[in-house]
Amino acid sequence: MTGVVQKVVRSQLRDAMRSRWLTVYTLFFTFLAEGLIRFSGSDAKAILSLTTVVLIVIPLVTLVLSTIYVYNAREFTELLLAQPIKRSSMFAGLYLGLTLPLAGGFAAGVAVPFIVRGGGDPALRGALLTLLAIGVVLTGVFTAIAFWIALRAEDRLRGLGMALGVWLLLGLLYDGAVLVVVAVFADYPIERPLLALSFANPIDLGRMIMLLRLDVAALMGYTGAVFQRFFSGASGVALASTALAAWMVVPLGLSARLFRRKDF
Amino acid sequence: MITISGLTKRFGRVDVLRGVDLRIARGHVVGLIGPNGAGKTTLIKTLLGLTHGDSGLIRIDDAPVGDGDDVSYRAQIGYMPQIARFPENLSAAELFTMLRELRGNPPDLDEELVTKFGLSSELDKPLRVLSGGTKQKVNACLAFLFRPKVLILDEPTAGLDPLSSAVLKDKILAARREGATVVITSHIMSELEELCDDVAFLLDGVVRFMGPVRELTTTTRQVNLERAIAALMIREVA
Repeated sequence: MTGVVQKVVRSQLRDAMRSRWLTVYTLFFTFLAEGLIRFSGSDAKAILSLTTVVLIVIPLVTLVLSTIYVYNAREFTELLLAQPIKRSSMFAGLYLGLTLPLAGGFAAGVAVPFIVRGGGDPALRGALLTLLAIGVVLTGVFTAIAFWIALRAEDRLRGLGMALGVWLLLGLLYDGAVLVVVAVFADYPIERPLLALSFANPIDLGRMIMLLRLDVAALMGYTGAVFQRFFSGASGVALASTALAAWMVVPLGLSARLFRRKDF
Repeated sequence: MITISGLTKRFGRVDVLRGVDLRIARGHVVGLIGPNGAGKTTLIKTLLGLTHGDSGLIRIDDAPVGDGDDVSYRAQIGYMPQIARFPENLSAAELFTMLRELRGNPPDLDEELVTKFGLSSELDKPLRVLSGGTKQKVNACLAFLFRPKVLILDEPTAGLDPLSSAVLKDKILAARREGATVVITSHIMSELEELCDDVAFLLDGVVRFMGPVRELTTTTRQVNLERAIAALMIREVA
Protein backbone atom coordinates (compact mmCIF):
# COMPACT_ATOMS: atom_id res chain seq x y z
CA MET A 1 0.00 0.00 0.00
CA THR A 2 1.49 3.31 -0.96
CA GLY A 3 1.59 6.23 1.40
CA VAL A 4 -1.11 8.06 -0.51
CA VAL A 5 -3.57 5.15 -0.26
CA GLN A 6 -2.85 4.90 3.44
CA LYS A 7 -3.56 8.58 4.00
CA VAL A 8 -6.82 8.50 2.09
CA VAL A 9 -7.87 5.33 3.93
CA ARG A 10 -6.96 6.85 7.27
CA SER A 11 -9.09 9.93 6.74
CA GLN A 12 -12.02 7.89 5.41
CA LEU A 13 -11.72 5.54 8.37
CA ARG A 14 -11.68 8.42 10.81
CA ASP A 15 -14.79 9.80 9.14
CA ALA A 16 -16.51 6.40 9.31
CA MET A 17 -15.57 5.74 12.93
CA ARG A 18 -17.42 8.87 13.99
CA SER A 19 -20.45 8.17 11.87
CA ARG A 20 -23.71 6.87 13.24
CA TRP A 21 -24.30 4.25 10.57
CA LEU A 22 -21.21 2.29 11.54
CA THR A 23 -22.23 2.22 15.21
CA VAL A 24 -25.75 1.10 14.34
CA TYR A 25 -24.44 -1.55 11.94
CA THR A 26 -22.03 -2.96 14.52
CA LEU A 27 -24.58 -2.93 17.34
CA PHE A 28 -27.11 -4.65 15.10
CA PHE A 29 -24.83 -7.66 14.75
CA THR A 30 -23.96 -7.64 18.44
CA PHE A 31 -27.61 -7.74 19.49
CA LEU A 32 -28.43 -10.28 16.82
CA ALA A 33 -25.66 -12.66 17.87
CA GLU A 34 -26.37 -12.13 21.54
CA GLY A 35 -30.07 -12.74 21.09
CA LEU A 36 -29.59 -15.86 18.98
CA ILE A 37 -27.10 -17.36 21.42
CA ARG A 38 -29.49 -16.74 24.30
CA PHE A 39 -32.65 -17.99 22.69
CA SER A 40 -31.58 -20.80 20.38
CA GLY A 41 -30.12 -22.90 23.14
CA SER A 42 -27.11 -24.21 21.25
CA ASP A 43 -24.25 -22.40 19.58
CA ALA A 44 -24.68 -24.54 16.49
CA LYS A 45 -28.24 -23.33 15.99
CA ALA A 46 -27.21 -19.79 16.76
CA ILE A 47 -24.50 -19.86 14.10
CA LEU A 48 -26.88 -21.37 11.59
CA SER A 49 -29.50 -18.67 12.21
CA LEU A 50 -26.80 -16.00 12.18
CA THR A 51 -25.66 -17.24 8.80
CA THR A 52 -29.15 -16.89 7.38
CA VAL A 53 -29.49 -13.32 8.58
CA VAL A 54 -25.93 -12.34 7.66
CA LEU A 55 -26.38 -13.61 4.11
CA ILE A 56 -29.37 -11.31 3.66
CA VAL A 57 -28.30 -8.25 5.66
CA ILE A 58 -24.69 -7.83 4.55
CA PRO A 59 -25.47 -7.66 0.83
CA LEU A 60 -28.39 -5.28 1.39
CA VAL A 61 -26.69 -2.87 3.78
CA THR A 62 -23.38 -2.98 1.94
CA LEU A 63 -24.97 -2.30 -1.44
CA VAL A 64 -27.07 0.60 -0.19
CA LEU A 65 -24.45 2.22 2.04
CA SER A 66 -21.69 1.89 -0.52
CA THR A 67 -23.73 3.35 -3.34
CA ILE A 68 -24.66 6.34 -1.19
CA TYR A 69 -21.05 6.64 -0.04
CA VAL A 70 -19.70 6.87 -3.56
CA TYR A 71 -22.25 9.53 -4.55
CA ASN A 72 -21.68 11.52 -1.38
CA ALA A 73 -17.93 11.38 -1.78
CA ARG A 74 -18.16 12.71 -5.33
CA GLU A 75 -17.13 16.31 -4.62
CA PHE A 76 -14.47 15.25 -2.16
CA THR A 77 -13.15 12.78 -4.71
CA GLU A 78 -12.89 15.60 -7.23
CA LEU A 79 -11.09 17.78 -4.74
CA LEU A 80 -8.56 15.05 -3.99
CA LEU A 81 -8.10 14.17 -7.66
CA ALA A 82 -7.18 17.80 -8.27
CA GLN A 83 -4.22 17.18 -5.95
CA PRO A 84 -1.12 15.39 -7.18
CA ILE A 85 -2.68 11.97 -6.57
CA LYS A 86 -2.97 9.06 -8.96
CA ARG A 87 -6.45 7.85 -9.70
CA SER A 88 -5.53 4.28 -8.83
CA SER A 89 -4.41 5.38 -5.35
CA MET A 90 -7.57 7.38 -4.85
CA PHE A 91 -9.70 4.43 -5.88
CA ALA A 92 -7.92 2.06 -3.54
CA GLY A 93 -8.26 4.62 -0.74
CA LEU A 94 -11.99 5.04 -1.28
CA TYR A 95 -12.64 1.32 -1.57
CA LEU A 96 -10.65 0.29 1.47
CA GLY A 97 -11.88 3.31 3.41
CA LEU A 98 -15.39 1.92 3.16
CA THR A 99 -14.83 -1.84 3.05
CA LEU A 100 -12.61 -1.97 6.13
CA PRO A 101 -15.03 -0.26 8.54
CA LEU A 102 -18.02 -2.21 7.18
CA ALA A 103 -16.20 -5.54 7.43
CA GLY A 104 -14.70 -4.63 10.78
CA GLY A 105 -18.07 -3.51 12.17
CA PHE A 106 -19.67 -6.78 11.16
CA ALA A 107 -16.84 -8.97 12.45
CA ALA A 108 -16.59 -7.14 15.77
CA GLY A 109 -20.37 -7.08 16.18
CA VAL A 110 -20.76 -10.82 15.69
CA ALA A 111 -17.59 -11.83 17.53
CA VAL A 112 -18.09 -9.91 20.76
CA PRO A 113 -20.97 -12.02 22.20
CA PHE A 114 -18.94 -15.18 21.52
CA ILE A 115 -15.74 -13.72 22.94
CA VAL A 116 -17.37 -12.69 26.22
CA ARG A 117 -18.47 -16.32 26.53
CA GLY A 118 -14.89 -17.47 26.23
CA GLY A 119 -15.15 -18.21 22.53
CA GLY A 120 -18.27 -20.35 22.63
CA ASP A 121 -18.37 -24.07 21.86
CA PRO A 122 -14.79 -25.06 20.89
CA ALA A 123 -16.10 -27.53 18.32
CA LEU A 124 -17.86 -24.71 16.52
CA ARG A 125 -15.00 -22.25 16.54
CA GLY A 126 -14.07 -23.18 12.98
CA ALA A 127 -17.63 -22.61 11.81
CA LEU A 128 -17.75 -19.23 13.55
CA LEU A 129 -14.47 -18.16 11.95
CA THR A 130 -15.80 -19.30 8.58
CA LEU A 131 -18.91 -17.22 9.10
CA LEU A 132 -16.78 -14.17 9.95
CA ALA A 133 -14.61 -14.76 6.90
CA ILE A 134 -17.61 -15.13 4.62
CA GLY A 135 -19.15 -11.94 5.99
CA VAL A 136 -15.93 -10.02 5.40
CA VAL A 137 -15.53 -11.34 1.86
CA LEU A 138 -19.19 -10.71 1.02
CA THR A 139 -18.72 -7.14 2.25
CA GLY A 140 -15.81 -6.82 -0.17
CA VAL A 141 -17.86 -8.34 -2.98
CA PHE A 142 -20.83 -6.04 -2.55
CA THR A 143 -18.86 -2.84 -2.00
CA ALA A 144 -17.09 -3.66 -5.27
CA ILE A 145 -20.42 -4.19 -7.05
CA ALA A 146 -21.81 -0.98 -5.52
CA PHE A 147 -18.75 0.99 -6.65
CA TRP A 148 -19.28 -0.31 -10.15
CA ILE A 149 -22.94 0.70 -10.10
CA ALA A 150 -22.32 4.15 -8.63
CA LEU A 151 -19.49 4.92 -11.05
CA ARG A 152 -21.58 3.71 -13.94
CA ALA A 153 -24.84 5.51 -13.20
CA GLU A 154 -24.49 9.28 -13.13
CA ASP A 155 -27.89 9.65 -11.48
CA ARG A 156 -27.94 8.66 -7.83
CA LEU A 157 -31.55 7.51 -7.70
CA ARG A 158 -30.95 5.25 -10.63
CA GLY A 159 -27.80 3.95 -8.98
CA LEU A 160 -29.62 3.25 -5.75
CA GLY A 161 -32.36 1.50 -7.69
CA MET A 162 -29.82 -0.67 -9.46
CA ALA A 163 -28.17 -1.54 -6.14
CA LEU A 164 -31.50 -2.61 -4.67
CA GLY A 165 -32.24 -4.51 -7.87
CA VAL A 166 -29.02 -6.48 -7.53
CA TRP A 167 -29.93 -7.35 -3.97
CA LEU A 168 -33.45 -8.43 -4.89
CA LEU A 169 -32.09 -10.53 -7.69
CA LEU A 170 -29.33 -12.29 -5.76
CA GLY A 171 -30.90 -12.28 -2.33
CA LEU A 172 -34.51 -13.14 -3.02
CA LEU A 173 -35.45 -13.84 -6.64
CA TYR A 174 -32.57 -16.23 -7.11
CA ASP A 175 -33.88 -18.68 -4.53
CA GLY A 176 -37.31 -18.52 -6.07
CA ALA A 177 -35.87 -19.10 -9.53
CA VAL A 178 -33.97 -22.15 -8.31
CA LEU A 179 -37.13 -23.58 -6.81
CA VAL A 180 -39.03 -23.02 -10.03
CA VAL A 181 -36.29 -24.72 -12.05
CA VAL A 182 -36.28 -27.66 -9.66
CA ALA A 183 -40.06 -28.00 -9.78
CA VAL A 184 -40.33 -27.70 -13.55
CA PHE A 185 -37.44 -29.99 -14.40
CA ALA A 186 -37.97 -32.43 -11.56
CA ASP A 187 -37.87 -35.38 -13.95
CA TYR A 188 -34.53 -34.46 -15.51
CA PRO A 189 -30.97 -34.71 -14.22
CA ILE A 190 -30.51 -31.05 -13.38
CA GLU A 191 -27.85 -31.27 -10.74
CA ARG A 192 -25.07 -29.97 -12.93
CA PRO A 193 -26.93 -26.96 -14.28
CA LEU A 194 -27.98 -26.17 -10.71
CA LEU A 195 -24.39 -26.35 -9.63
CA ALA A 196 -23.40 -23.94 -12.35
CA LEU A 197 -26.21 -21.68 -11.22
CA SER A 198 -24.84 -21.45 -7.70
CA PHE A 199 -21.61 -19.98 -9.03
CA ALA A 200 -23.65 -17.13 -10.46
CA ASN A 201 -24.54 -15.92 -6.98
CA PRO A 202 -21.97 -14.86 -4.38
CA ILE A 203 -24.56 -15.11 -1.61
CA ASP A 204 -25.27 -18.72 -2.54
CA LEU A 205 -21.55 -19.45 -2.64
CA GLY A 206 -21.22 -18.04 0.86
CA ARG A 207 -24.11 -20.20 2.01
CA MET A 208 -22.54 -23.22 0.36
CA ILE A 209 -19.20 -22.78 2.10
CA MET A 210 -20.93 -22.28 5.40
CA LEU A 211 -23.02 -25.37 5.18
CA LEU A 212 -20.16 -27.50 3.96
CA ARG A 213 -18.37 -26.43 7.12
CA LEU A 214 -21.38 -26.98 9.36
CA ASP A 215 -22.33 -30.23 7.64
CA VAL A 216 -25.99 -29.35 7.50
CA ALA A 217 -26.32 -28.99 3.77
CA ALA A 218 -29.84 -30.29 3.54
CA LEU A 219 -31.07 -27.60 5.89
CA MET A 220 -30.07 -24.84 3.56
CA GLY A 221 -31.65 -25.08 0.22
CA TYR A 222 -31.58 -27.29 -2.79
CA THR A 223 -28.31 -26.13 -4.36
CA GLY A 224 -26.59 -26.78 -1.06
CA ALA A 225 -27.63 -30.41 -1.07
CA VAL A 226 -26.53 -30.83 -4.66
CA PHE A 227 -23.28 -29.07 -4.00
CA GLN A 228 -22.46 -31.26 -1.08
CA ARG A 229 -22.99 -34.41 -3.04
CA PHE A 230 -20.54 -33.26 -5.67
CA PHE A 231 -17.93 -31.67 -3.50
CA SER A 232 -17.68 -32.87 0.00
CA GLY A 233 -15.18 -31.42 2.39
CA ALA A 234 -12.13 -29.39 1.61
CA SER A 235 -12.19 -29.40 -2.19
CA GLY A 236 -15.74 -28.05 -2.22
CA VAL A 237 -14.83 -25.28 0.18
CA ALA A 238 -11.74 -24.42 -1.85
CA LEU A 239 -13.68 -24.31 -5.11
CA ALA A 240 -16.48 -22.18 -3.68
CA SER A 241 -13.97 -19.87 -2.01
CA THR A 242 -12.13 -19.35 -5.26
CA ALA A 243 -15.39 -18.53 -7.00
CA LEU A 244 -16.29 -16.12 -4.21
CA ALA A 245 -12.92 -14.41 -4.49
CA ALA A 246 -13.54 -14.01 -8.21
CA TRP A 247 -16.81 -12.29 -7.35
CA MET A 248 -14.78 -9.70 -5.48
CA VAL A 249 -11.86 -9.35 -7.87
CA VAL A 250 -13.82 -9.03 -11.10
CA PRO A 251 -16.20 -6.21 -10.07
CA LEU A 252 -13.30 -4.51 -8.32
CA GLY A 253 -11.20 -4.61 -11.47
CA LEU A 254 -14.10 -3.31 -13.55
CA SER A 255 -14.75 -0.48 -11.06
CA ALA A 256 -11.09 0.46 -10.97
CA ARG A 257 -11.09 0.70 -14.75
CA LEU A 258 -14.24 2.82 -14.73
CA PHE A 259 -12.74 5.07 -12.08
CA ARG A 260 -9.54 5.53 -14.05
CA ARG A 261 -11.40 6.63 -17.18
CA LYS A 262 -14.27 8.47 -15.60
CA ASP A 263 -15.03 12.10 -16.39
CA PHE A 264 -15.71 13.76 -13.08
CA MET B 1 1.43 29.60 -18.47
CA ILE B 2 -1.52 27.60 -19.71
CA THR B 3 -1.87 26.58 -23.35
CA ILE B 4 -4.97 24.91 -24.65
CA SER B 5 -5.23 24.00 -28.30
CA GLY B 6 -8.01 22.38 -30.26
CA LEU B 7 -9.66 20.91 -27.16
CA THR B 8 -12.84 18.98 -27.81
CA LYS B 9 -15.12 17.07 -25.50
CA ARG B 10 -18.35 15.31 -26.20
CA PHE B 11 -20.72 13.92 -23.60
CA GLY B 12 -23.00 11.45 -25.29
CA ARG B 13 -24.63 13.41 -28.08
CA VAL B 14 -23.69 16.84 -26.77
CA ASP B 15 -20.56 18.58 -28.02
CA VAL B 16 -19.58 20.50 -24.92
CA LEU B 17 -16.21 21.73 -26.13
CA ARG B 18 -15.75 22.15 -29.87
CA GLY B 19 -12.17 23.15 -30.36
CA VAL B 20 -11.13 25.47 -27.57
CA ASP B 21 -7.94 27.45 -28.13
CA LEU B 22 -6.67 29.52 -25.27
CA ARG B 23 -3.33 30.88 -24.14
CA ILE B 24 -2.99 32.33 -20.70
CA ALA B 25 0.29 34.05 -19.96
CA ARG B 26 2.09 33.52 -16.69
CA GLY B 27 0.90 35.91 -14.02
CA HIS B 28 -2.29 36.75 -15.86
CA VAL B 29 -5.76 36.59 -14.42
CA VAL B 30 -8.31 35.37 -16.92
CA GLY B 31 -12.04 35.41 -16.40
CA LEU B 32 -13.89 32.58 -18.09
CA ILE B 33 -17.36 33.78 -18.96
CA GLY B 34 -20.29 32.49 -20.91
CA PRO B 35 -23.90 31.45 -20.49
CA ASN B 36 -24.90 28.38 -18.48
CA GLY B 37 -23.94 25.24 -20.28
CA ALA B 38 -21.29 26.95 -22.40
CA GLY B 39 -18.66 24.50 -21.16
CA LYS B 40 -16.88 26.56 -18.51
CA THR B 41 -16.85 23.90 -15.82
CA THR B 42 -15.98 21.18 -18.33
CA LEU B 43 -13.03 23.29 -19.52
CA ILE B 44 -11.84 23.78 -15.96
CA LYS B 45 -12.20 20.10 -15.13
CA THR B 46 -10.25 19.18 -18.23
CA LEU B 47 -7.48 21.54 -17.12
CA LEU B 48 -7.31 19.62 -13.87
CA GLY B 49 -7.35 16.22 -15.53
CA LEU B 50 -10.70 15.41 -13.88
CA THR B 51 -12.32 15.14 -17.29
CA HIS B 52 -10.51 13.70 -20.27
CA GLY B 53 -10.69 15.70 -23.48
CA ASP B 54 -11.45 13.78 -26.68
CA SER B 55 -8.80 15.57 -28.68
CA GLY B 56 -6.56 18.57 -28.36
CA LEU B 57 -3.68 19.48 -26.12
CA ILE B 58 -3.29 21.18 -22.76
CA ARG B 59 -0.02 22.25 -21.23
CA ILE B 60 0.42 23.86 -17.86
CA ASP B 61 3.87 25.39 -17.47
CA ASP B 62 5.11 23.07 -20.22
CA ALA B 63 3.84 19.93 -18.49
CA PRO B 64 1.25 18.12 -20.59
CA VAL B 65 -2.08 17.42 -18.94
CA GLY B 66 -3.13 13.94 -19.92
CA ASP B 67 -4.49 10.59 -18.93
CA GLY B 68 -1.11 9.33 -17.82
CA ASP B 69 0.12 8.58 -14.37
CA ASP B 70 2.29 11.69 -14.17
CA VAL B 71 0.28 13.79 -11.78
CA SER B 72 3.11 15.97 -10.52
CA TYR B 73 1.91 19.01 -12.46
CA ARG B 74 -1.05 19.22 -10.12
CA ALA B 75 1.29 20.10 -7.26
CA GLN B 76 1.41 23.56 -8.86
CA ILE B 77 -2.35 23.96 -8.96
CA GLY B 78 -4.74 25.29 -6.37
CA TYR B 79 -8.33 24.41 -7.19
CA MET B 80 -11.48 25.81 -5.69
CA PRO B 81 -14.50 23.84 -6.88
CA GLN B 82 -17.94 25.37 -7.20
CA ILE B 83 -19.50 23.20 -4.53
CA ALA B 84 -17.71 22.37 -1.33
CA ARG B 85 -18.60 19.03 0.20
CA PHE B 86 -16.28 17.33 2.60
CA PRO B 87 -16.36 14.18 4.74
CA GLU B 88 -18.96 15.10 7.34
CA ASN B 89 -17.26 13.93 10.47
CA LEU B 90 -13.84 15.39 9.84
CA SER B 91 -12.81 18.86 10.95
CA ALA B 92 -11.28 21.50 8.72
CA ALA B 93 -8.02 21.16 10.64
CA GLU B 94 -7.96 17.42 9.89
CA LEU B 95 -8.69 18.14 6.25
CA PHE B 96 -5.78 20.58 6.06
CA THR B 97 -3.49 18.04 7.69
CA MET B 98 -4.59 15.31 5.32
CA LEU B 99 -3.97 17.38 2.20
CA ARG B 100 -0.65 18.55 3.58
CA GLU B 101 0.43 14.95 4.11
CA LEU B 102 -0.84 13.95 0.68
CA ARG B 103 1.42 16.59 -0.81
CA GLY B 104 4.37 15.40 1.22
CA ASN B 105 4.34 18.08 3.91
CA PRO B 106 5.62 21.04 1.93
CA PRO B 107 7.05 23.81 4.09
CA ASP B 108 5.89 27.41 3.89
CA LEU B 109 2.13 27.16 3.89
CA ASP B 110 -0.10 30.12 3.23
CA GLU B 111 -2.63 30.24 6.04
CA GLU B 112 -3.37 33.93 5.71
CA LEU B 113 -6.94 33.30 4.57
CA VAL B 114 -7.73 31.29 7.69
CA THR B 115 -6.95 34.34 9.80
CA LYS B 116 -8.57 36.84 7.46
CA PHE B 117 -11.79 34.84 7.28
CA GLY B 118 -11.72 34.44 11.05
CA LEU B 119 -11.89 30.66 10.66
CA SER B 120 -9.66 29.75 13.59
CA SER B 121 -12.60 29.03 15.90
CA GLU B 122 -14.27 26.81 13.26
CA LEU B 123 -11.26 24.64 12.51
CA ASP B 124 -11.98 21.90 15.03
CA LYS B 125 -15.72 21.56 14.45
CA PRO B 126 -16.96 18.70 12.30
CA LEU B 127 -17.41 19.99 8.76
CA ARG B 128 -21.05 18.92 8.67
CA VAL B 129 -22.06 21.61 11.16
CA LEU B 130 -20.46 24.45 9.19
CA SER B 131 -22.69 26.69 7.11
CA GLY B 132 -22.47 26.69 3.33
CA GLY B 133 -20.55 29.96 3.33
CA THR B 134 -18.09 28.76 5.94
CA LYS B 135 -17.47 25.59 3.94
CA GLN B 136 -16.82 27.77 0.93
CA LYS B 137 -14.22 29.65 2.99
CA VAL B 138 -12.55 26.38 3.95
CA ASN B 139 -12.59 25.55 0.26
CA ALA B 140 -10.85 28.85 -0.54
CA CYS B 141 -8.22 28.32 2.17
CA LEU B 142 -7.41 24.91 0.67
CA ALA B 143 -6.93 26.41 -2.79
CA PHE B 144 -4.36 28.93 -1.53
CA LEU B 145 -2.74 26.77 1.14
CA PHE B 146 0.17 25.47 -0.92
CA ARG B 147 1.10 28.76 -2.62
CA PRO B 148 0.16 27.41 -6.05
CA LYS B 149 1.54 28.92 -9.22
CA VAL B 150 -1.71 28.25 -10.98
CA LEU B 151 -5.08 28.97 -9.41
CA ILE B 152 -8.29 27.58 -10.84
CA LEU B 153 -11.34 29.07 -9.19
CA ASP B 154 -14.86 27.99 -10.14
CA GLU B 155 -17.24 30.75 -9.04
CA PRO B 156 -15.12 31.53 -6.01
CA THR B 157 -17.29 34.18 -4.40
CA ALA B 158 -20.62 32.41 -4.83
CA GLY B 159 -22.13 32.00 -1.38
CA LEU B 160 -19.71 34.33 0.39
CA ASP B 161 -20.88 37.43 2.22
CA PRO B 162 -19.64 40.79 0.83
CA LEU B 163 -16.91 41.11 3.43
CA SER B 164 -15.48 37.64 2.84
CA SER B 165 -15.87 38.12 -0.86
CA ALA B 166 -13.67 41.22 -0.62
CA VAL B 167 -11.10 39.29 1.43
CA LEU B 168 -10.96 36.60 -1.24
CA LYS B 169 -10.67 39.12 -4.06
CA ASP B 170 -7.77 40.84 -2.29
CA LYS B 171 -6.14 37.45 -1.93
CA ILE B 172 -6.53 36.71 -5.63
CA LEU B 173 -4.96 40.07 -6.50
CA ALA B 174 -2.12 39.41 -4.07
CA ALA B 175 -1.48 36.00 -5.65
CA ARG B 176 -1.38 37.68 -9.04
CA ARG B 177 1.19 40.18 -7.80
CA GLU B 178 3.30 37.23 -6.71
CA GLY B 179 3.14 35.87 -10.25
CA ALA B 180 0.36 33.29 -10.07
CA THR B 181 -1.64 32.47 -13.16
CA VAL B 182 -5.34 32.55 -12.36
CA VAL B 183 -8.42 31.23 -14.14
CA ILE B 184 -11.75 32.35 -12.70
CA THR B 185 -15.28 31.60 -13.76
CA SER B 186 -17.95 33.92 -12.54
CA HIS B 187 -21.25 35.45 -13.47
CA ILE B 188 -20.56 38.60 -11.53
CA MET B 189 -19.26 41.01 -14.11
CA SER B 190 -18.13 43.74 -11.74
CA GLU B 191 -15.98 41.17 -10.00
CA LEU B 192 -14.34 40.10 -13.24
CA GLU B 193 -13.76 43.70 -14.23
CA GLU B 194 -12.01 44.22 -10.94
CA LEU B 195 -9.85 41.09 -11.02
CA CYS B 196 -9.11 40.12 -14.58
CA ASP B 197 -6.52 41.16 -17.11
CA ASP B 198 -8.39 39.35 -19.82
CA VAL B 199 -11.72 37.69 -20.28
CA ALA B 200 -12.37 34.64 -22.41
CA PHE B 201 -15.92 34.39 -23.64
CA LEU B 202 -17.03 30.83 -24.13
CA LEU B 203 -20.14 30.08 -26.15
CA ASP B 204 -21.29 26.69 -27.45
CA GLY B 205 -17.94 25.16 -26.68
CA VAL B 206 -15.76 27.67 -28.52
CA VAL B 207 -13.87 30.73 -27.30
CA ARG B 208 -15.61 33.58 -29.12
CA PHE B 209 -13.59 36.38 -27.66
CA MET B 210 -10.35 36.62 -25.72
CA GLY B 211 -8.81 39.87 -24.70
CA PRO B 212 -8.76 42.71 -22.21
CA VAL B 213 -12.03 43.84 -20.72
CA ARG B 214 -11.62 47.27 -22.27
CA GLU B 215 -11.28 45.84 -25.75
CA LEU B 216 -14.50 43.95 -25.28
CA THR B 217 -16.38 47.03 -24.19
CA THR B 218 -15.06 49.13 -27.07
CA THR B 219 -15.74 46.57 -29.80
CA THR B 220 -19.28 46.16 -28.65
CA ARG B 221 -19.61 49.90 -27.91
CA GLN B 222 -21.06 49.19 -24.51
CA VAL B 223 -20.41 50.93 -21.21
CA ASN B 224 -19.48 47.95 -19.08
CA LEU B 225 -18.65 44.27 -19.21
CA GLU B 226 -22.12 43.13 -18.39
CA ARG B 227 -23.67 44.95 -21.31
CA ALA B 228 -20.79 44.01 -23.57
CA ILE B 229 -21.36 40.33 -22.87
CA ALA B 230 -25.06 40.71 -23.37
CA ALA B 231 -24.40 42.45 -26.70
CA LEU B 232 -22.03 39.66 -27.74
CA MET B 233 -24.52 36.97 -26.83
CA ILE B 234 -27.35 38.64 -28.67
CA ARG B 235 -25.15 39.08 -31.70
CA GLU B 236 -24.12 35.43 -31.61
CA VAL B 237 -27.66 34.22 -31.30
CA ALA B 238 -28.96 36.46 -34.07
